[in-house]
Amino acid sequence: MLSSIRAILLLFVFSFLVVPVKSQMVAEENKLCIECHTSQSFTIHNDWTGMDETRLMNPFYILDTVRFVDGVHGAFQCIDCHSYEYETYPHNGELKLEPLMTCIDCHGGDDTYASYQFDRVEEEFEKSIHRELLGDQFTCSKCHDQHYYTPTARTSSSVKEIVEYSNNMCLSCHDNMIKYQLVSDKEKPQLVQIHDWLPNQELHFNRVRCIECHTVVQDSLMVSHNILPKEKATKNCVECHSSNSMLQASLYKYQNLRLRSGNAENDSVSSGEVYSGSFQFLSMNNIFSNQYYVIGASRIPLLNTIFVLIFVFTVAGIVTHAIFRFLKK
Amino acid sequence: MSAEGKLYLYPLWLRIWHGMNALCIIILIVTGLSMHYSTSILFKFESAVAVHNISGVVLTIFYVLFLAGNLVTENGKFYQIKTKGLKNRMQQQIKYYVSGMFKGETSPYPVTATRKFNPLQKYSYIGVMYIFVPLVIITGFALLFPETIIEDVYQVSGVMLTAIFHSIVGFFIMIFLFVHLYVASIGKSPVSNYKSMVTGWHS
Ligand code: HEC
Ligand code: HEC
Ligand code: HEC
Ligand code: HEC
Ligand code: HEC
Ligand code: HEC
Ligand code: HEC
Repeated sequence: MLSSIRAILLLFVFSFLVVPVKSQMVAEENKLCIECHTSQSFTIHNDWTGMDETRLMNPFYILDTVRFVDGVHGAFQCIDCHSYEYETYPHNGELKLEPLMTCIDCHGGDDTYASYQFDRVEEEFEKSIHRELLGDQFTCSKCHDQHYYTPTARTSSSVKEIVEYSNNMCLSCHDNMIKYQLVSDKEKPQLVQIHDWLPNQELHFNRVRCIECHTVVQDSLMVSHNILPKEKATKNCVECHSSNSMLQASLYKYQNLRLRSGNAENDSVSSGEVYSGSFQFLSMNNIFSNQYYVIGASRIPLLNTIFVLIFVFTVAGIVTHAIFRFLKK
Repeated sequence: MSAEGKLYLYPLWLRIWHGMNALCIIILIVTGLSMHYSTSILFKFESAVAVHNISGVVLTIFYVLFLAGNLVTENGKFYQIKTKGLKNRMQQQIKYYVSGMFKGETSPYPVTATRKFNPLQKYSYIGVMYIFVPLVIITGFALLFPETIIEDVYQVSGVMLTAIFHSIVGFFIMIFLFVHLYVASIGKSPVSNYKSMVTGWHS
């Protein structure tokens, strides 16, 4: 039943879609909305007074069109998701109560996007601690802005960018009282204090994703969505700081990174890449240029071999010398 | 200052520095290896990090004392470089260690009040104390405050390059330590040099 409603909804949505072509510009049809929803102020003609009036826009209702166009739904019209009645201003007050579609309403059970495994993501998400503590009001959109969402872990070739994008989702709420209070009326814990035990905290937050410690890595799922209760978060340094670092299975696993570092796909190779390519022999089959040095996860087997050799030779030299001294005494 | 053929070579400040330096370096090596290979035989990873950081800072403080001591006391002169005939002197000393000492020859550069180190000692100490230790300290502090490190050097993480360099230098200091400890056993008796680093008197 529910899925047939979804299917109808989906049909409805697609019926509005002009063949979705990615352009660097907002769809022509959005010009009207954009005129008001991208600037600090907007001008309307007041029919009552007969005058043009300039007013301030609610800062939370200002959209970033560049990010919108870059997002996965960049080719959408605003009214694909919002009611067409928004075309008139003042907007009808009733519209405030308009139920908006969630990711799953459109993507659930859709084979076109099977590789994203929306249904499994939803399943995991349902188990997450947010859902458990905060209930239905905690939707996908709390993390994924439908206006701007990009599957960065897939498309980006830089670990840094992936980490930043992902962590900003969490920080946009956990580090922002305004958004936090949307879902909770409790005091917001200070992340810096909670993670006191983690040395070089800032570095870690810039170099690994929050979800690395707060979820269990799922091999079959790109991004594991089951945020665990805090008691189950990992405090175990060695999960990352060891030669079989879990980062290999999570953050560094992405195909796009691997392809990029092997220059397999890129025909235009920048000089930087050639340079780092010369490091490749050191790292064997590892991605050298797109990983960080994680202490303990010795990324350079050759170096360890050299260390051991030098060490063995030194000890052998000392022992030989000592034996001679002993014999000649 | 000499009594019964003994020389008072190592003043108290120097012995204190040497002792602390030795202690710190041993701790740094043990914790450093434990982090590098990520083993928890002696330390848990997080304890190794903490201990390593603290020892590194203590080592640095004592290193500054060492530099200051060498500036204000006579001790600095033992570290002056003389390049003339250097190769020759080194070869002589190496020859002594490799064959001479087994034939009962006497050391070509015996210890005197004005010559604390033989040429080999002198230049390896200069190398360690004025090149390797400063390098390991600088890179160590950079890693303690990684925001000071250049983010990317031709797409390779700057922290990575610094950390690799840090571990290479640290490794060579460890090799030095082994050789140093062994060579120190070549003295009047195998333990006499260790004793003098405690008492100050060279015999
Ligand atoms: C004349 C300027 C103007 C135009 C054109 C305009 N809006 Fe608005 N919109 C506003 C203002 C101002 C608000 C703030 C709330 C209000 O005054 O109703 C708003 C609020 C909204 C809201 C939030 C409603 C709520 O309170 O939850 C949505 C959604 C919205 N607009 C969508 C659109 C869409 C879609 C279009 C284009 C079809 C559009 N708007 C065109 C000025 C405009
Ligand atoms: C893919 C669907 C989708 C498209 C396309 C879309 N919106 Fe939205 N919009 C939403 C959803 C969902 C929300 C509610 C966000 C929430 O509840 O967190 C929203 C909220 C808003 C709001 C209220 C402010 C906010 O963030 O809550 C405004 C204003 C708005 N949209 C304007 C626009 C305009 C203008 C466009 C066209 C340029 C547009 N939207 C295109 C889904 C969409
Ligand atoms: C109103 C229906 C609708 C909603 C709601 C919606 N999407 Fe989409 N989404 C689409 C359509 C249609 C496309 C295809 C757009 C295109 O190809 O230009 C798409 C494309 C995508 C893609 C890109 C697929 C690809 O490979 O190009 C991703 C990822 C995605 N959506 C994720 C989400 C997420 C996450 C949410 C919730 C935050 C969401 N969508 C909400 C309809 C929707
Ligand atoms: C607590 C925050 C959070 C919530 C809630 C959340 N996600 Fe995500 N999601 C993430 C993060 C973080 C990523 C990884 C960032 C990226 O896309 O690069 C991600 C990635 C994704 C991806 C891309 C995965 C891929 O294979 O590339 C999809 C699709 C997705 N989420 C769908 C959903 C859906 C559907 C929901 C709701 C059922 C949801 N997410 C709820 C945080 C969240
Ligand atoms: C829209 C806001 C919002 C976003 C986005 C969000 N969270 Fe939360 N999160 C909360 C709130 C509110 C709580 C507190 C729940 C409570 O204690 O009642 C919470 C609790 C938590 C907890 C503690 C659970 C416990 O056992 O008490 C963890 C861990 C957590 N979030 C991690 C994350 C991670 C990781 C992300 C990003 C992938 C994220 N959150 C994104 C609002 C958010
Ligand atoms: C190195 C692993 C690690 C990373 C990275 C990490 N966390 Fe945590 N986090 C933990 C652990 C472990 C706890 C539990 C701490 C405790 O209970 O003392 C925790 C606790 C939390 C809590 C619970 C706060 C409370 O007491 O209610 C929140 C929220 C949270 N983390 C959010 C985040 C966010 C957001 C990020 C990314 C910016 C992040 N964490 C990155 C390991 C990590
Ligand atoms: C989720 C994976 C993860 C966990 C868990 C983790 N780390 Fe890290 N850590 C990293 C990564 C990645 C880097 C590399 C940063 C870089 O090279 O820029 C790093 C870097 C470091 C550094 C080096 C900082 C520097 O100067 O370069 C230290 C020290 C460190 N971690 C200690 C710890 C300790 C102690 C714990 C446990 C309490 C821990 N880490 C847990 C991923 C992790």
